Amino acid sequence: MTRGPTWFNLTSLVLGFSFLYLPIVLLVIYSFNESRLVTVWGGFSTKWYAALLENDQLLDAAWVTLRVAFVSASVATVLGTMAALVLVRSGRFRGRSLFSGMIFAPLVMPEVILGLSLLLLFVAMDQARGFWTVMIAHTTFAMCYVAVVVQSRLVGFDKSVEEAAEDLGCPPVKTFFLITLPIILPGVIAGWMLAFTLSLDDLVIASFTTGPGATTLPMKIYSQVRLGVTPEINAVCTILVAFVTVGVIAASIVSKRQQVQRERDERAAFGAEG
Amino acid sequence: MGAVLAKKSIGPVRREFVPWEDPDHPPFIEFRNVTKKFGDFTAVNNLSLKIYEREFFALLGGSGCGKTTLMRMLAGFETPTTGQIFLDGQDLAGIPPFRRPSNMMFQSYALFPHMNVEKNIAFGLKQDNMPAGEIEARVQEMLRLTKLEQFAKRKPHQLSGGQRQRVALARSLAKRPKVLLLDEPLGALDRKLREETQFELMALQEDLKMTFLIVTHDQEEAMTVADRIAVMDKGELVQVATPGEIYETPNSRFVADFIGDVNLIEAKVMETSEAGTRLKAGIGGYDIDTAQTTDASAGDTVWYAIRPEKVRIHLGEPGEGTVNQAGGLVWDIAYLGDMSVIHAKIGEGDHDVLKATFANVSRMVEQPITWDDKVVLSFDRDAGVILRR
Repeated sequence: MTRGPTWFNLTSLVLGFSFLYLPIVLLVIYSFNESRLVTVWGGFSTKWYAALLENDQLLDAAWVTLRVAFVSASVATVLGTMAALVLVRSGRFRGRSLFSGMIFAPLVMPEVILGLSLLLLFVAMDQARGFWTVMIAHTTFAMCYVAVVVQSRLVGFDKSVEEAAEDLGCPPVKTFFLITLPIILPGVIAGWMLAFTLSLDDLVIASFTTGPGATTLPMKIYSQVRLGVTPEINAVCTILVAFVTVGVIAASIVSKRQQVQRERDERAAFGAEG
Repeated sequence: MGAVLAKKSIGPVRREFVPWEDPDHPPFIEFRNVTKKFGDFTAVNNLSLKIYEREFFALLGGSGCGKTTLMRMLAGFETPTTGQIFLDGQDLAGIPPFRRPSNMMFQSYALFPHMNVEKNIAFGLKQDNMPAGEIEARVQEMLRLTKLEQFAKRKPHQLSGGQRQRVALARSLAKRPKVLLLDEPLGALDRKLREETQFELMALQEDLKMTFLIVTHDQEEAMTVADRIAVMDKGELVQVATPGEIYETPNSRFVADFIGDVNLIEAKVMETSEAGTRLKAGIGGYDIDTAQTTDASAGDTVWYAIRPEKVRIHLGEPGEGTVNQAGGLVWDIAYLGDMSVIHAKIGEGDHDVLKATFANVSRMVEQPITWDDKVVLSFDRDAGVILRR
């Protein structure tokens, strides 16, 4: 008995979504503001986007961020997938619970602590801080998220598919690349995207572990905001939001299409012959 | 044991194919004192078994009896704790699954979901670096053999259960393995399709002249397809024999009860001689006169196993010279269409019944026997088997 949304449901929906998206909508609207003052509407303009292209500092920061996000997401995906494989596949071994607990600890660990401890480690190692230290730090916490995502994909995996490949003459390592990886690929890609996004918007850990010449976009925005918000910041944030939104929507459309197609195929296959 | 009816070739056997009766015939697969333990649990216990080339051999048993473990050890997915396994004279110890000359068809079919039917079948051939032309030819041959030609480009999820089963079969046959291992291959199919496929499997095995080893819990399936059956229980072989022998001369109560329906009558040995044995049934107290000799001595308790279809039912007095009679009351009748099963009460307890079946050979005839009829049950001197365990 579903007769459309009730008043209560509708109200909850509106309140919930306003709470989530009103700040972002405001940010987007004011990025098209003519006025230099962030809080006063002075007419429509795209001049802040043009100004953005001239702002080398912001563009540099964006470039650093993208590079850090790309490299750390890739490394984290490899490490996280390996961790997930060990957790799901190796059955019961001594210290398994400890290991799985330790893998997931950084998910709930305060970022400040993670950042600080990494900073202390880099200092102790006498490591010059910059691009690589931020990259390593981001890899550290992102791999836990990848492990979680890939693990959920692996749990439903029929191990006999791998056994079948080996039975047909395929050595284990080749089996991983020919059979296992293609099957868990959606999970691995989702893990990579999650790691990429997490790295993209991280401020705390990056602040702790970066050094001169490797300022990430969130750090740049944060430091500029402290000197006063300019509509330029709104513009760069709007681009980021658009970037992420397009990615998420595209991914969900693709997966929805695949699912619909798959269900149709299965119905056809079972309808045609028992 | 030791006293099974000394008859050769009970039931149908393939003409002139009885390598197991020749002690000098070299086995193709041999398990030699194989034990497999998982922690404290012994899955397979000191088991020895010989399987011959071109044989269709079935491992039959309930869940957890060790039949799948035995097969997985042959495929290389499990390592025996002790003992050796030989295939075509080669000790398989230390050889990983991907170098073993056997192929397996998995219970779940284990098709590669990201490859189409053709690629699934070609997978094993590619691993052997077979030239592309030959792979193509072999794949086509397999598609034809399993009647999958028009599905070659489909992915597994675009196929029905029966079609998937055939892809799995084609894939495991493509490499022409020395042995094909079938792990509950038909378990996911419905009854009709399963029966059809059983006959297809037999024809295929005959045509390809290959050795097939099937694991199943379905006794009818094992009886249908196999040249010989090994009945397993608790990691041990209980009996290894042809389907006919397993059914007609089971060596233990376990086998008699596991295969088909049976009356197990506890009885006391009264008299033994060269000509046969006389027993007295524990429940009902009737005499059983059998042509079978036994090494049990007078006074011992044995079990007399007799199949329901070998028990005759008489309304009123049976004819002159009828041996082995037990009087009873009709307690239950199950009408199964092709036949009816009668439970006749011969003792005080609810379970003190003898089962007898008769074929319903004509239509629309009123059943001559009904509830609470007084009946006499009888069976011939060679109708049953004396079991000592």
